[in-house]
Amino acid sequence: MNSKNKLSFGERLLESAFTYTLISIIIGFIVGAVALVIAGYDPIESYGKLFGVIFRSTKNMSYSFIEYSVPYILTGLSVAFAFKTGVFNIGAEGQYVMGSVAAMLVGVFVQAPAYIHIPLCIITALVVGALWGGLVGFLKVRFGAHEVLCMIMFNWIAYYFSNFIVNLKSVNVGDGKTWSRLIQDTAKITTADWLPGLSPHAHFGIFIALFCVVLIYYIINRTTLGFKLKAVGFNRSAAEYAGINANGSVMAALSISGMLASLAGALQVMGVTYKISQFAGQEGYGFQGITVALIGGTNPFGVLLGAEFFGAMKFGGTRFDAPSEIVDIIMGCIVLCIAISNLLRLVVRNKKKGGTV
Amino acid sequence: MKKFVALILALVLAIAVFGCAAPAVDQPENTTPVENTNTPADTAAPADTTEPTGDNKAPYRVAMVTDTGGINDQSFNALAWAGLQRAEQELGCEVKYFESKTDADYAPNLETAVDEGYDLILCIGFMMADTLSEVAANYPDKSFAIIDNGSVGPNVTGVNFATEQCSYLVGVAAATMTQTNNVGFVIGMVSPLMNTFGYGYYAGVRDTNPDCQIQCYNANNFGDVAGGKSATLNMYTNGADIVYHAAGGTGLGVIEAAKEQGKLAIGVDQDQSYLAPEAVLTSAVKRVDNGVFELCKAGVEGTLTAGDVNYDITTGAVDIAETDTLMSDECKAAVAAAKEKILSGEIKVPATAEEFDALYGADFYTLDD
Repeated sequence: MNSKNKLSFGERLLESAFTYTLISIIIGFIVGAVALVIAGYDPIESYGKLFGVIFRSTKNMSYSFIEYSVPYILTGLSVAFAFKTGVFNIGAEGQYVMGSVAAMLVGVFVQAPAYIHIPLCIITALVVGALWGGLVGFLKVRFGAHEVLCMIMFNWIAYYFSNFIVNLKSVNVGDGKTWSRLIQDTAKITTADWLPGLSPHAHFGIFIALFCVVLIYYIINRTTLGFKLKAVGFNRSAAEYAGINANGSVMAALSISGMLASLAGALQVMGVTYKISQFAGQEGYGFQGITVALIGGTNPFGVLLGAEFFGAMKFGGTRFDAPSEIVDIIMGCIVLCIAISNLLRLVVRNKKKGGTV
Repeated sequence: MKKFVALILALVLAIAVFGCAAPAVDQPENTTPVENTNTPADTAAPADTTEPTGDNKAPYRVAMVTDTGGINDQSFNALAWAGLQRAEQELGCEVKYFESKTDADYAPNLETAVDEGYDLILCIGFMMADTLSEVAANYPDKSFAIIDNGSVGPNVTGVNFATEQCSYLVGVAAATMTQTNNVGFVIGMVSPLMNTFGYGYYAGVRDTNPDCQIQCYNANNFGDVAGGKSATLNMYTNGADIVYHAAGGTGLGVIEAAKEQGKLAIGVDQDQSYLAPEAVLTSAVKRVDNGVFELCKAGVEGTLTAGDVNYDITTGAVDIAETDTLMSDECKAAVAAAKEKILSGEIKVPATAEEFDALYGADFYTLDD
């Protein structure tokens, strides 16, 4: 998502990316309106209801901007971070699942006071996520396996692994039910009372997610590691020539990506669901992270805004009277527009050049 | 350049402030219209006495929350929604659904339904039981119901279906149709709920044809098509010619095996004849739509109570499938007679281990051991 504009990296780039994102969002809503008309709904009324329901009460805003957004902030960050190193992390879905399984197992089986139990769940999920992401990185750098194919398959491995774990006798809640036992109270991070008027499952994960946004921004822009990762992302050969360990960078990037996505899964289990159910289909938190990363222009703060937007749309999308698929259409169009916005930007830039020369 | 950034930031801030400020104004406005739409109807209808419809109350409002199958799952949720739509037409209810995509959607969907002031909130599927018990406890003056699960609170109606009755009827059909005096039963999982299928089926077979053998298989899985198929092929090899399944996706393998071998299978939950018209003898159907409709009716009439309700064959909530092209006349007559007897109460189909063992002995149905 970064252009080669090294000198004025920052303002100009950000503002142009932001402009194109805004235009893309507007186009997405216009296409959604067309879909609404075709489906026989009044688009203005429907959109009014969509935003009305999101902002109706502090509870609904808390659902939109905290509960629904937290996993997207983290999976979005995960994808965006990998993008910086030129790796397309389509495996966030599987990393998310592995993180949730890890947190669930620790949450169910370990007996400890909250101040140990909660960090333990999170750390276990981080380790598992780092290994799961790093394993793909290892396959890539050691055997030259293509990371996209690997990760798509790893997603399914995680999916079936989770179903396997959920149906284990010691994990399953029993009675022919298809979900795991609930995590202990000491592993829950939901405390409904931390601010009055919030949704019952609003959880402290939002602060962890916000911290990660800042941390990732810092790593990318202010550390040698970030510099190396970006260098590898821009031009692998040049980076290697400059003495950067490209293989190590790819593995590091994928490990950190994996940690972020699995943290999303862990927080979801600890704050919202308290259990894992047998999947009937992939839940899509990781895949939607790709959408969020694209909306956010792979900038951590952009990802934050993108995730808030996406979470709100997900919440509102099943609550305005039109079919929830409309929101999927809108999001799909936005991603499509953003994906081709690089092309548009090139066209605009060329025209400008032509004008001034 | 900086000006432009500043402008955008100002814009964002403005939107943010506007966004936050709006609800404060919006909130009282938005809760009242919900009631407002009710009150005019409330006052207008009695005044309008010439109106032939005797409906002079505000419409009874029912919301359902789907499980993760979604509203277009072609089965459970779709059926429940069909039942609600029937309630809308026939009872004048106001209905709406909230779709869940993941586990995390259950609580927000229930909360939204509560916020929007629905009179009755239906949870489709036992997967929502944990979440419902939590939400129902927070809103003790709201009415909730859950399908396929016991009640989980003093304001929750647990709706179950007397699946032993429809299983009894297909048992009768199997026992009259078998040429080899040998039938089979594939179960997806052994649990008190699932065993009701077995009790009914075994009772139906035994009552109709005491010499008939029954082979059984516990797949311990609702999605193992290959396993269901191989178990059924085994049963056919061992002399069975009709196999009944209560095993969801695993049962598709049962039907596949019947189709391949030119033998018969019996479907479950819905009329599964469309899967293999030449191999599916009949099906034990669970009419979730009828159950949901009954529930709405009870709500409208004010007879809805918390606790467990069991919808049985008298309400049409369970039945034998309509498709009977493969049944002999003798079989149709036997099924019709059995149905009459269940309806009249002459036959009480066992639904628990105690009831079953008292009638048929503990050694007959062995899956519950």
